[in-house]
Amino acid sequence: MTAPLVSFDRVTYSYPGVAAPALNDVSLEIGPGEFCLLAGLSGHGKSTLLHAACGLVPHFHGGHFAGRVTLAGLDTREHGPARLGAFAGVLFQDPETQLVMSSVRAELALALENRGHGAAAVARGVEEVALALGIDSLLDRSTHELSGGEKQRVALGAALAGRPRLVLLDEPTSQLDPVAGDELIGLLRRLNQEWETTIVLAEHRLERCLSSVDRVIALEGGRVGCDSEPQAFLAWAGQSSPALQTPAAKLFALAGLRPAPAGVREARATLRAHRLLPDEEPSRIGQSQPARPRRKAKLRRAAKPAAALEYDGVWHELRNGPAILRGATLRVQAGESVALMGRNGAGKSTLLRHAAGLLEPTRGRIERAGRVALLLQNPGDYFVHERVAEEAPEQALAAVGLAGMAGRNPRDLSGGERQRLALAIVTGSGDEPAVLALDEPTRGMDREAKGELARELRRRSERGQAVIVATHDPEFAAACADRAVLMADGRVIADGTAAELLAGGWYFATETARILSGAARALLPEQGAELLRARRDGAETPIDARDAHAIVPGVA
Amino acid sequence: MRAMSFFYRRLPSPLHAARAGVGALWAAALSLATLVLYNPLVLLALLAAVLCAGVGAGVGRVLARSMRTGAIVWLPIVVVNVLVYHEGVTVFARLGDLGPFGQGNLTLEALVYGSVIALKVMLLILITTLASLTVDPDQVLRLLRRLSFRSALTASLAMRMIPVLAADAQRLAEAQRTRPEGPPRGARGRVALLRAVIGGSLDRAMDVAATLEVRGFETARRAPRVVRPWSRHDVAFLVSAVAVIVLAILGRLTAAASFSAYPELHAPISTGTIVLCVALLAAVLLPFADRRGIDV
Repeated sequence: MTAPLVSFDRVTYSYPGVAAPALNDVSLEIGPGEFCLLAGLSGHGKSTLLHAACGLVPHFHGGHFAGRVTLAGLDTREHGPARLGAFAGVLFQDPETQLVMSSVRAELALALENRGHGAAAVARGVEEVALALGIDSLLDRSTHELSGGEKQRVALGAALAGRPRLVLLDEPTSQLDPVAGDELIGLLRRLNQEWETTIVLAEHRLERCLSSVDRVIALEGGRVGCDSEPQAFLAWAGQSSPALQTPAAKLFALAGLRPAPAGVREARATLRAHRLLPDEEPSRIGQSQPARPRRKAKLRRAAKPAAALEYDGVWHELRNGPAILRGATLRVQAGESVALMGRNGAGKSTLLRHAAGLLEPTRGRIERAGRVALLLQNPGDYFVHERVAEEAPEQALAAVGLAGMAGRNPRDLSGGERQRLALAIVTGSGDEPAVLALDEPTRGMDREAKGELARELRRRSERGQAVIVATHDPEFAAACADRAVLMADGRVIADGTAAELLAGGWYFATETARILSGAARALLPEQGAELLRARRDGAETPIDARDAHAIVPGVA
Repeated sequence: MRAMSFFYRRLPSPLHAARAGVGALWAAALSLATLVLYNPLVLLALLAAVLCAGVGAGVGRVLARSMRTGAIVWLPIVVVNVLVYHEGVTVFARLGDLGPFGQGNLTLEALVYGSVIALKVMLLILITTLASLTVDPDQVLRLLRRLSFRSALTASLAMRMIPVLAADAQRLAEAQRTRPEGPPRGARGRVALLRAVIGGSLDRAMDVAATLEVRGFETARRAPRVVRPWSRHDVAFLVSAVAVIVLAILGRLTAAASFSAYPELHAPISTGTIVLCVALLAAVLLPFADRRGIDV
């Protein structure tokens, strides 16, 4: 029997000054060549487990450590992260803090040089890892001019440069668009299959990687709640931790189908076997993005009430640089909720900054019916005081359900609570803003917190606020928006109802829509399950997205 | 972001294509020439050479912006020199008795000398800017790591953190602008904001420290010596640097670049001065003529 690469033996760990243990009596073994997914809600110990595996816990963080962790036979209590780094590469969530050198080449070389490799070995290691990850064209670029996806790849390259036997990744896709996220998961799969690299990946969006992994370790309150193959994990999640269920598993559970699928392909095969999916389907290209004749649109606009927010041919051109927005035109009405989607760098954040007046268009104009409250990507950037009560007025705190937390330090709040506090800060207690704009509000959030935020946004749009959310998460977009807008190269390239836009794509589509090929424009598991039941009963009826939101408002 | 444009970025230029050690030596040679030469015409020739070199390296606009910023130091240097030194003989204004500063006679010589010093400061600013834009700091620090690797790595990190913290500061400022009541005001508000900025920087530093730990910083060893073949640009800029040093020394030792301000202005423009100016321009700019093999 092969010796485990990583082994946890009754590990209990508490951070300094915190009574509750972050890891509680954890025992597990990970063998060479395994691809493990670490699942769990925020604050349940995923990151701590990764830090313990590479020796950062306890050497870097301090705290109370009991039990034993070994990596490649080395006891982490006796060997620090620098020594263990020869066996384990680590990739954290924020690529910005993982790039420590000015150029990509120097970044990839650093770990090899630190370990005393010779010049030839360093040069070869850099070359090989750059080729393996497809970043050879970036070698002479400065790290500060890379995009988020490129930074994450370079950081992964730096972690892999020494060809470690184990790679530990902490939510590496949380800041990436769906395309870059899928690419990264594909890359990990390739590393695992071709080089037998052991991968341990902590991730919230399980649907993105469940079909690629061999094993899922779910943590609950610092304990191992489930440690099994993906199928068994899904069965466990359905029973014990519904917040960890993937949309596909939820769809099957609601439709009364078994077994729960680990991915789209498996789900479709099962549906075909049950004759709930036709063997061949017509191409849906073009069906999801109905063309809008300009003239008709103008006529329709004339009849519409005044917009809460209107962009008319807005350009944002950088001096001596590219144009970030290229004639963006968009109209959002009061009470409407719009999901703004597109690749990293498509212009979504810039569009929202223009709405709030943080940027001025170089051409074109923007009209606002009232105040625009903008919630930027990092809620922590809003916090300047020591107490929640000092950050936002009482009324605003009560509106987001934080009235009972007035005495707490904002930095001690959970991810979801921090987001709600930031929301209270930007909305304030005076007149309600006419428009609420949110830039990637679900970064690093678990499904439960996302569902809570989606419900809050629905409530606000029902009260008449226009809500516009830039997001990479199609499930969240489907849960909170009636309308979806797809941006590319600074322009709006598709604009339609969420059901139209999110039902027929590869990347910008929900898992339910991908399983059902966009049939009946079902986006959420509840809608999909209704469709499947109708098919089973022989009475398929199309579902309207707005009606379905009434069924279950929340994230799948 | 504007601050970002003052950082090194690999561009297709002969200077970028030269190895960092040679680039740094070339910049050091220009700085040496600036420090040892005083003749205004020679300094103006050096200024023209540095600006043209900036254009040749593709960073002319940034250099022009840096020159505008450098102009801010010009006026105080000239004013202070005119007020403090009264050694010239050509008085153009009498301010009477200035107490501890003596008689307030403002002289043309002090004005010209102040302008020459200001020009030298401006040149040093421009040369430093040009070097920071065109010489790969990682390569320079790599060379230094062979001497004192921990200090060099720390310096490298500090350089890397500048754009990161600048981006953080911009994000934080934007977030504060989106508050309905605007950014926190008053002394208390500013202190709170400062605390948040420092707290954020410390968080960043912790994250970076964790990254360094797992990359083996604790067991870091001396960087290996990398043997790289000398490119045409390495050779050209090395020759250029040596030529500039030789010309600077010649200019200092001969009458070609002689200059004295007190008690009377003496800045002769001889054939030797013209030859020195042309030679400096040629030595600085000729390496930019060869643009083979400069692609990024």
